[in-house]
Amino acid sequence: MNKLLEVEGLKTEFKRAGGNVMAVAGLDFHINSGEVLGLVGESGCGKSVTSLSIMRLLKGTPGQNAGGHVKFEGKDLLRLSENEMRKVRGKELAMIFQEPMTSLNPVLRIGKQIEEPIRLHLGFNKAKAREHAVHMLQLVGIPRASEVMNDYPHQLSGGMRQRVMIAMAMSCHPKLLIADEPTTALDVTIQAQILDLMKRLKEERSMGMLLITHDLGVVAEMCDRVVVMYAGRVVEEAPVKELFANPQHPYTQGLIRSVPKLRQKVKRLESIPGNVPDLSHMPQGCKFAPRCAHVMPECMTTEPELLAVGGEGRKSRCWLTQQSEQKGGSAV
Amino acid sequence: MSTPLIEVKGLQKSFLVNKGWFGKHKYLRAVDGISFSIGKGETFSLVGESGCGKSTTGRLVTRLLTPNEGEVWFNGQNITQLSDNQMRPIRKEMQMVFQDPYASLNPRMKVKDLVAEPLLIHTKLSQGERDKLASELLEVVGLNSFHAERYAHEFSGGQRQRIGIARALSVRPSLIVADEPVSALDVSIQSQVLNLLQDLQEEYGLTYLFISHDLSVVEHISDRIGVMYLGALVETASKEELYERPLHPYTQALLSSVPVADPSLTRERIILKGDLPSPVDPPTGCRFHTRCPSCMEVCKTKAPKFLEVEPDRHVACHLYDEEIMSGRQA
Amino acid sequence: MSQQSTAAANSSQGSGQQPAAPAKRKSATAEFLRKFSKQKVSLVAGIFIILLVLVAIFGPYITPYDPSAPDYDALLAGPSAKHWAGTDEYGRDILSRLIEGTRLSLAVSLSAVLIAAFFGTILGLLSGYYGKWLDRLIMRGSDVMFSFPDILLAIGIVAILGPGLTNVVIAVAVFGIPSFARMIRSVTLSAKETLFVEAARSMGAKDRRIIWRHIFPETLPSVIVNVTMKIGGAILAASSLSFLGMGAKPTEPDWGAMLSMGRDYLSIAPHVVYFPGLIIFLTVLAFNLVGDGLQDALDPKMKN
Repeated sequence: MNKLLEVEGLKTEFKRAGGNVMAVAGLDFHINSGEVLGLVGESGCGKSVTSLSIMRLLKGTPGQNAGGHVKFEGKDLLRLSENEMRKVRGKELAMIFQEPMTSLNPVLRIGKQIEEPIRLHLGFNKAKAREHAVHMLQLVGIPRASEVMNDYPHQLSGGMRQRVMIAMAMSCHPKLLIADEPTTALDVTIQAQILDLMKRLKEERSMGMLLITHDLGVVAEMCDRVVVMYAGRVVEEAPVKELFANPQHPYTQGLIRSVPKLRQKVKRLESIPGNVPDLSHMPQGCKFAPRCAHVMPECMTTEPELLAVGGEGRKSRCWLTQQSEQKGGSAV
Repeated sequence: MSTPLIEVKGLQKSFLVNKGWFGKHKYLRAVDGISFSIGKGETFSLVGESGCGKSTTGRLVTRLLTPNEGEVWFNGQNITQLSDNQMRPIRKEMQMVFQDPYASLNPRMKVKDLVAEPLLIHTKLSQGERDKLASELLEVVGLNSFHAERYAHEFSGGQRQRIGIARALSVRPSLIVADEPVSALDVSIQSQVLNLLQDLQEEYGLTYLFISHDLSVVEHISDRIGVMYLGALVETASKEELYERPLHPYTQALLSSVPVADPSLTRERIILKGDLPSPVDPPTGCRFHTRCPSCMEVCKTKAPKFLEVEPDRHVACHLYDEEIMSGRQA
Repeated sequence: MSQQSTAAANSSQGSGQQPAAPAKRKSATAEFLRKFSKQKVSLVAGIFIILLVLVAIFGPYITPYDPSAPDYDALLAGPSAKHWAGTDEYGRDILSRLIEGTRLSLAVSLSAVLIAAFFGTILGLLSGYYGKWLDRLIMRGSDVMFSFPDILLAIGIVAILGPGLTNVVIAVAVFGIPSFARMIRSVTLSAKETLFVEAARSMGAKDRRIIWRHIFPETLPSVIVNVTMKIGGAILAASSLSFLGMGAKPTEPDWGAMLSMGRDYLSIAPHVVYFPGLIIFLTVLAFNLVGDGLQDALDPKMKN
């Protein structure tokens, strides 16, 4: 399989009054074409910053790039000029956000907003762009598509707006779709509709997808592979089934166990003690050590590397898993 | 069941949303004729999607809002029409925990004053006694007594929710109405707070009215559950019954829509068509008929009754109404 | 309660042992000072006001001459090394009179604005919190007062009560009340909707406690900003009334009265008018600039 997107040592820092802090501290992962990679983590782990860094949309946020490479089909996005980047963004690389209302212009009709990127990137004339836009709206399951073209964003429901966003994102046949919490603001029955739609579109168009979410349920249903983030780092990477069946990193284990699952029937939930560390007060060694049940002396002093452990395509950033690996034993 | 702690009968609440032209007023029927009861020591959950009226119901039960119609009984007393002054001693018995732990704590007050505020209102304890109780309460909810001198903004979301719970607990209420208490929290923190709520229930014999949109959380914490759709209860049942064998088509769809954190599981999923209708202009007949996969002709015109189809199990659906179904077959 | 702590031990699993997230903000005062000092113009204006206040307090000790002692050898003398700001028609030293007048002008305007703030805030809180007929009564009342030009209303009040500085204070205060009431009402309306106010209601807190403990602190920044903004206007209004001969007696060194007295000599000795005019202008400007700065510094939405 060829790698569609390769992120190497990506670093993003936040400007703060008392000195800059690392929001994303050296991220490595890749996405194969036609595959859905889940980027999972709790709020503040840097997953949204990662997506903005890849899209080079950090302007207007406190963040700025501080190194690394983002190779999209071999070319490094971080080295492109603003003009070259604009040609990639929206055409080959598209993005949808949690709250569609913030990325739709409230004073422009839906039709105009979808047509614009089509005309820009595909060079269609007005009539053809309109035809294509209506087609896209139909594709994402919007009833009365040609009427919706004349509506303003506020006239649509949350689910409809997210469909419009998806139609916009898909209109230029992107090779990679970055979806940042695309269903978090939606009700469950609407979420089911949107996830279903995204799955269908991804299969029809064999498009790669980076799905950013905090919801392990969504991950389990949508993703092929998963990258778990904690405190701006990747702590674990694994194919989805193996991640859930046999999580390696203590953080992933805790995360999976602390989510109440339908029909699971446990008396008590397990939980991870404590809180996510503050970016400006990071622990010295492993960033998860203060909350970890298996903490060892070396965890407090030295941060482990993200190394291959226990099986094909699996990585973990943990002294414990790496030790048991060396001993030749299987995973914890 | 002995006397229920809470009994709600035919509760209805409308809000004026639009003073239309020419005196045409538009009303939003947030809650439309719902009935349920909660036994002592029980956890009853209201679950539903946004705009289904579950939060309004919570505020009607605690009488932050007064219903247009229907009755609320607390501990055998009808509290529907009580004045603020008459309600005050009852409020000592029913405290609330709110969804947003950032907004529900006054940013200008110290934690000890936040936690002790109900004590100040309902008891004659001195400042010193209140401070002492507040630090004890902080320990009970898993914080430290030295946190008492700080302000809420110095705490994380989960810790703030613990402060909110300590505050609700301070006057030893019998009922706690928890409105989405964990939905603003990260998953790893969510389970801490859910466990705390369960422990406190055991320890103090609390009764919970738990309001949530998250079906997994609701299954974990509840004894009985009411499912709401567009202002009405469509089904009430014990947790086991509801999750094993949902009766109402909406409950079935809702349960099948929840993404499950287990990739080895493959399920048949019911995907509902269309959007939630507006509660200002709800569909005629059964409110769910516009999206229902098993909609019949009668559903479009006639609203279903909320029938007790099995002991302690109510459903509002024509499919389970023998009169209607036998009429159809005839 | 000792046995109850078991619940904590079970469910917290150590979260209690974690120190609270480090304070993201320093103390509110430090934060306020940091933000305010970033606004250079307001800072300069603030320093000017502090100087004015010092002059008001120590005025009698720093006047070069007795402000009411005439010097018949130097009537309407222009600025010179002897009299920096010249003398008036009785030969009184204008600089000394301005210094002496600072105390009077600041006292009049400040007390008028504080009285207006006091009553306006109470009316605004009641109006916003209780709504309904009380709100309509208070708001229609303030509409009526708004419909008069400010100074006309004040003139009317002084005309009824008779001239004198106390009555000027009352007049200026009365026409300041509606604007305070309106502003506090709108802040109250939004504070009433906050979740922590609803939480207080759910606890069974009485209205009085909700208003004073939960809503009033929310309105305080607006009150402070508005007081500063209004002082400028009050100085002008008080000066205008004195100028019209309805306020300070001619012997009293009030800035407005000095301006009024000086206008007869505008053509032959313009300095008699220039200096009081300049000081009124600078003071009003300074208070308004400080008000602007406070507004930005106290606004939680303005982060940097």
